[in-house]
Amino acid sequence: MIAAAYQLLHLLLMLAAAPALTGLVRKAKALLLGRRGPPVLQPYRDLWRLLRKEAIVAESASVLFRVAPYLTFTAVWVAISLVPAFSTDLLLGPTADLIALAALLGGARFFMALAGLDVGTSFGGIGSSRELMFASLAEPAMLMVIFTVSLLVGTTALAHIAETLLATSVGLRVSLGLGLVAMVMVAIAENARVPVDNPATHLELTMVHEAMILEYSGRHLALMEGAAMLKLLLYLSLIACIFAPWGLAVPGADAHALGIGILAWLAKMIVGGLLLALFETSIAKMRVFRVSEFLGAALLLGLLAVIFLYVSKGL
Amino acid sequence: MQPLSLIAWAVAALFGAGVVGLFGNRLPVVQRVVYVASIAALLVVAAAALAFLLSPPADSSPTLALPIGLPVSPDGLQLEMHFRLDALSAYFLLILGIVGPAVGLFAIGYDRHEREPARVLAFYPIFLAGMVLVLVADDAFAFLVAWESMSLASWFLVLAGHRAEETRRAAYVYLVMASMGTAALLLAFGLLAGVAGDYRFAAIRAGHLSDLAAALVVLLTLVGAGSKAGLVPLHAWLPLAHPAAPSHVSALMSGAMTKVALYAIIRILFDLVGPTGWWVGVILVALGAVSGVMGVLYGLFQRDLKTMLAYSTVENIGIVAIGLGLALMFRGDGLASLAALAMIAALLHALNHALLKSLLFCGAGAVLNATGLRDIERLGALIHRMPVTGFCFLIGAAGLSALPPLNGFVSEWLTFQAILTGIHLPQWELKFGIVVIAALLALTAALAAALFVRAFGIVFLGRPRSAAATAATEGSSTMRAALLVLAAACVVLGVLPLLAVGLIEPVSRQLLGQGLPGAGVASLLWFVPLPGSYTSYSGLVILVAVTGLAVIVMLLVHGFASNRLRRAPAWDCGFPDPRPQTQYSADSLAQPLRRVFGTSLFQASERVEMPPPGDRRPARIEVRVRDLVWRALYAPVADGIAWFTERLNILQFLTIRRYLSMMFAALALLLTVVAFTQ
Repeated sequence: MIAAAYQLLHLLLMLAAAPALTGLVRKAKALLLGRRGPPVLQPYRDLWRLLRKEAIVAESASVLFRVAPYLTFTAVWVAISLVPAFSTDLLLGPTADLIALAALLGGARFFMALAGLDVGTSFGGIGSSRELMFASLAEPAMLMVIFTVSLLVGTTALAHIAETLLATSVGLRVSLGLGLVAMVMVAIAENARVPVDNPATHLELTMVHEAMILEYSGRHLALMEGAAMLKLLLYLSLIACIFAPWGLAVPGADAHALGIGILAWLAKMIVGGLLLALFETSIAKMRVFRVSEFLGAALLLGLLAVIFLYVSKGL
Repeated sequence: MQPLSLIAWAVAALFGAGVVGLFGNRLPVVQRVVYVASIAALLVVAAAALAFLLSPPADSSPTLALPIGLPVSPDGLQLEMHFRLDALSAYFLLILGIVGPAVGLFAIGYDRHEREPARVLAFYPIFLAGMVLVLVADDAFAFLVAWESMSLASWFLVLAGHRAEETRRAAYVYLVMASMGTAALLLAFGLLAGVAGDYRFAAIRAGHLSDLAAALVVLLTLVGAGSKAGLVPLHAWLPLAHPAAPSHVSALMSGAMTKVALYAIIRILFDLVGPTGWWVGVILVALGAVSGVMGVLYGLFQRDLKTMLAYSTVENIGIVAIGLGLALMFRGDGLASLAALAMIAALLHALNHALLKSLLFCGAGAVLNATGLRDIERLGALIHRMPVTGFCFLIGAAGLSALPPLNGFVSEWLTFQAILTGIHLPQWELKFGIVVIAALLALTAALAAALFVRAFGIVFLGRPRSAAATAATEGSSTMRAALLVLAAACVVLGVLPLLAVGLIEPVSRQLLGQGLPGAGVASLLWFVPLPGSYTSYSGLVILVAVTGLAVIVMLLVHGFASNRLRRAPAWDCGFPDPRPQTQYSADSLAQPLRRVFGTSLFQASERVEMPPPGDRRPARIEVRVRDLVWRALYAPVADGIAWFTERLNILQFLTIRRYLSMMFAALALLLTVVAFTQ
């Protein structure tokens, strides 16, 4: 019963917090660049405006084009509902482990890439094509990180990983550090952030994620944007849950612990968002074909993390 | 009636259908008779196999002996062919019995336009009968006869479209590779039978092999059955031959025949050869990982839809091989419960791939039927004209891209879980190797998603790229029904994978003495691969959560925000061009991946020719992708054989005197050998 209530709270909290995080990152980036920037709550207004607008669909678009935003959005939403934010006691927790979580995000990307090809324009195709190339390297890198963590804990179930890392001090491990770096690199690529992609670009040839959803408008665009915001929150939550699980409420905790859990999670998200803004303003976007080297490095770091783990466990 | 005698009657019916099929050119009704008979026969086989798996007989497996064959008993007098049904046979019969009828249903509608129907109808039932007989054979003689009839029947089926030059070449390559494979299996069985020469599987199982002989048997099996299954580097015939056959035969070759080859590998490596060291597993895992990555990369750069699917078969057989190899490693190290996990992952993926690949090949057949095209660069927008085919193909594509909640994901997930348990292996080199395998498997899965986005996106989405694609129409009702049946099976197995795992357990118990470890099959809903690891998965909950929430979101958005919709020309940044050539093409979609992975592995190169301003020639881009395996492995062998036969050619033009002296020399040599060995 408690797990169900927590799950519902979790689902709604994620939905409520995702646009704020994107707004926070945008505001912080603007301030760092010496601009005033839009208010933090601007993404809510944008989404609501888009949702109420008439959707314009290209004549050559198929049913898939109209279904894809809903599927993409809910796939990401279900995925984020599996990542413990303030409590590990979630009803849907046993539904999917980390590998299934990565596959759910892969499903969202699958439909987004297909939607990019559906209208039959060149910009949609360019976005899908590049996204597939990024994904083909980012997914193995992410799985290597998952591998490291699950070897350390002995399971791929996320709630259990967080509880174990919280209860027993595994100490400062080289492999966890390497895994964190790899995970951050993957998160940057998957969320179309600088230096891999630029979420604010309006130059068609440099767009990847934006090019895929170029033909969308109205409520469909709002859902695609919402999915992207949820995904950013998901990766930050995931990184926090694995690498900084402090404050998480475990099953059987009282209301006090729950309050601490929510506050700790909010603090972690704010810190994460500010760090992301700082990172993005201090680096330039790279050429598309440099991304393969960037993600290849993430993959190698993931591999190294596993090997260090073996070595340190063996000694 | 005994399950085995039911199967025997089904095989007899299939042979009868083959004879009837000979008259297919004259009588149109024969087509329907042959396919309905094969569907019925395979359903009987499936029912018998299912009955066996649900309640395996406690004492011994049913056996059957036919009074024809080689003298296989030590006294050399009994001429018998032995057949037997055990859990392993029954499971693979079940795969064949599920896939075969669905493909047969598709064929009723598909095969109508064949120019010479007898070329397909006479051999299609024989092909099926050959596969059934391989699966129930209980001595080496029966096995090889059935294996060879399966190979030859499928060779004739590949040749059905013999008017095309490339089909003849594909059939030739297939024949050479199949003969080589059978020769390797013949030698393997020779070694297994040993000097006593008892070819019954029961006797082989009881016998003991020296380490060297066991190693040779393993290698010969991997050459013989591995080439049939399509493991890299012996895969070269597969992407030529599978697509060249009529589409329903392609579906059977990729969906079922590769599984029969896997059965041969399992039968020999896990059952007949006896306990082996972990190194056998290492070879199989390495071959599997290379097949996975190379198969999917080859497939990504193809333009022929069916060739893409055939390369994807190579990839998936690789994933099954990884699971089997892991099982061998665990068994070699005495970790039976982990071996069972890996084995179940592999067998589940075999079933899932059989369903998914039959579905996709039938879908490709429907496209071929509607447009006459296999080149994806000339297709497009078919989902508007063929919605059922498009939807079913999408399910297959998503399944092989390992997306939850479909069945392809469950078995890949289980393979990953098996890999994760690799930390329990005692050998350090294996622990490190397994990490690399995990990375390669993850790479394979991600690239497979790219391959299927390309296949589905270019063929079914976008705008039509040719007149044929514009005029396409949906296939006949039986074709659509077959596609829907296969797609539904994929969804059901994805949502309730434990239905299938329950059927695999007897196999694992037979071969490894272990079922799914611990409380794995506690309930149908939650899949817990290892007891105490907290890891679980539920496809049904994911399906309900994603579709349920999607519907709720849609209702909320439509109800409270807006549900207005307007059709307008595409935006395309303000410069929409109505010509379909301006879309992204299949080659350009794969270009980033080709540059990242292809430059070294395939020596891919691009040459761009831009005419200067004012020149009205079109700009050209030339892409070259080389198959290094073909050049490094096949070309030298082919050249060597050609050179050698050229030298031998002089033997044809000798005088009678020389021939007589050569015969004398041969006789003298043989007598000397006999004298020395006595």
